Amino acid sequence: MEREFEVEGGDFANAGSASAKVKEIVKSIGFSPEAVRRIAICSYEAEVNIVLYAKRGKMKLSVYEDYAVLHVKDEGPGIEDIELAMQEGYSTATPEMRELGFGAGMGLPNIKKNSDIFTIISEPGKGTELRIMIRNEK
Amino acid sequence: MKLEEIRRILNAEVIAGEEEMDKEVYYACGSDLMSDVLAFAKPGALLLTGLTNIQSVRTAEIADIKAIVYVRGKQPDAAAIKLAKEKKIPLLSTSLRMFEACGRLYMAGLRGVGEVEEKIAANK
Repeated sequence: MEREFEVEGGDFANAGSASAKVKEIVKSIGFSPEAVRRIAICSYEAEVNIVLYAKRGKMKLSVYEDYAVLHVKDEGPGIEDIELAMQEGYSTATPEMRELGFGAGMGLPNIKKNSDIFTIISEPGKGTELRIMIRNEK
Repeated sequence: MKLEEIRRILNAEVIAGEEEMDKEVYYACGSDLMSDVLAFAKPGALLLTGLTNIQSVRTAEIADIKAIVYVRGKQPDAAAIKLAKEKKIPLLSTSLRMFEACGRLYMAGLRGVGEVEEKIAANK
């Protein structure tokens, strides 16, 4: 099963609404509560990143029998130094972003921590692409 | 600990979910950073925060946080209240500051997420 969601950059009021749907879908399919939570957290962090940094982006959820994949692609500024961006606490967020409760440099590390396989591809000026795989452990 | 007891201890006002005060929370966490909440909170936790926008409720929804207490007398905005009512996440507000609110709940027996995790690990 596949579902795709469009995410608008700067749309703070709706940030997280796509992830709420992602959560509902995997929950209704019967993923374990822990897997549902991990998918929802990864999805939410990725969605918030699009809203904070990109012009727009897409998130595609693919659900298989015992795992789910989130494919996230944005039209954003890209990341100069991925290794640095993966460090907890490193952030390029503005004070306005921080007022929203995000931008503390925990987003990408959180995604990595909650996923079974995580890949990130990014090119400055082009955008960022994430692939997140989470097993439905019983 | 029941939400009703938390409401009493913090002398809190109920902003949403008046009918849910018999719900129980098992541990608590306090933070204004939603990414920290996503990283450390456990399902069924109570969140104490000073962040009043809709993201506080979204974070609760995503991380299975059972209820939110806003500290320092803060009031969540209209969008946050609307979403909380939809998702049946009770919202409370206390005039106590973060440290005092956490301290009073801790003294009354509510424990932090980290401490509960340590106990689970020790019993294994």
